[in-house]
Amino acid sequence: MNHNLILIIISGALINNVVLNQFLGICSFLGVSKQMKASASLGGAVIFVITIASAVASLLYDFVLAPLGLDFMKTIVFILVIAALVQVVEMFLKKKSPAVYKALGIYLPLITTNCAVLGVALTNVQDGYNFIESVLSGFGTAVGYTIAIVLLAGIRSRIHEEDLPAPLRGAPIVLISAALMSIAFLGFSGLSF
Amino acid sequence: MNKYLERLYNGVVKENPTLILMLGMCPTLAVSTRAMNGIGMGLSTTAVLILSNLVISLMRKVIPDQVRLPAYIVVVASLVTVTELLIEAYLPSLYTALGIYIPLIVVNCIILGRAEAYANKHTPLLSVMDGVGMGLGFTLALTLAGLLREALGNGTAFGVPFLPAGVEPMGIFVQPPGAFLIIALIIAVMNALGIKTRQRKLVESGCDGVCANCAKACVKSEEVTGK
Repeated sequence: MNHNLILIIISGALINNVVLNQFLGICSFLGVSKQMKASASLGGAVIFVITIASAVASLLYDFVLAPLGLDFMKTIVFILVIAALVQVVEMFLKKKSPAVYKALGIYLPLITTNCAVLGVALTNVQDGYNFIESVLSGFGTAVGYTIAIVLLAGIRSRIHEEDLPAPLRGAPIVLISAALMSIAFLGFSGLSF
Repeated sequence: MNKYLERLYNGVVKENPTLILMLGMCPTLAVSTRAMNGIGMGLSTTAVLILSNLVISLMRKVIPDQVRLPAYIVVVASLVTVTELLIEAYLPSLYTALGIYIPLIVVNCIILGRAEAYANKHTPLLSVMDGVGMGLGFTLALTLAGLLREALGNGTAFGVPFLPAGVEPMGIFVQPPGAFLIIALIIAVMNALGIKTRQRKLVESGCDGVCANCAKACVKSEEVTGK
């Protein structure tokens, strides 16, 4: 059992990396990775929101949608719950913990439309995870997102100073860097035992 | 040019959502492993986009301005659910190939973006034409990316092998890294040809410009960071 739970985290973070392997949350991955500090803050916000969202989505599915036979409604319910949840988290942080809000606050609205949050919630249901497994899988996935965006930010700060051919400047070289990172992450597929 | 045809031209060529506006990158990267998947995903998204543009345009005078985004999300999510159930029932192989990316059409920036930028200000017929144009533009771009990846990575085009015996295709192109590489190459070629894209929006704001929710977040982050 414990062995399984650890595998869920590792699989979410490294083997099936949400950005480099499943292409979820690409917008913010490419957009915010310009600065290391912003990337780390966004990563923190994503870990926070995805973990809570997977917990709430899992409870909702197990205790409301599945018993009522409404599981075809999951897309609608999850997206609304996630949007509302992000708003609530934002208001709560603003009031209770201004320091955390200052660090993460501006990234919270960005996360609502981040397909990674909805993607994780739906994958958890599809894989038949229970509550604890869903939370861990959400946490692992979000950690994977943070690893990827912080690494890309590090690479981009170096690329910035290089002398590149003009057509490659901007998006192409960032995407090529992401491709190389993705090749490196393919190596983790050997971890799935 | 007639204003309805102008919408088609605008969606497919002038403001191609994927190649020029750089919207909806997640599905473009994820499902472009095969040209057929590109067509399937493109047409599913087109169907949702046409209907959501129609419904939102019809309801544009009914929906109060303050709650318009949640209302749009409900409309889009309902349409996506219907589409998902139809694909599951009638096209099971496409359903397996696209998997989780079908329900994720909900968070595709193109759909909410068009609702916010076009459908809530124009007549139903024009909005439908806008949906057709944008949808076709998205389908074409996805099919192009899928065809390139399939040809380089698998040696086939639309499932038909064309490489002479003994030539090994480059398998990396149908794996995840190939998606990033192909899109990078497409943008680089367009840059070299001098076609103006909004790639800056993609890598510098990450907010996709048009998309309602993302745009709001952008304004907010600019206020705070003072850029």
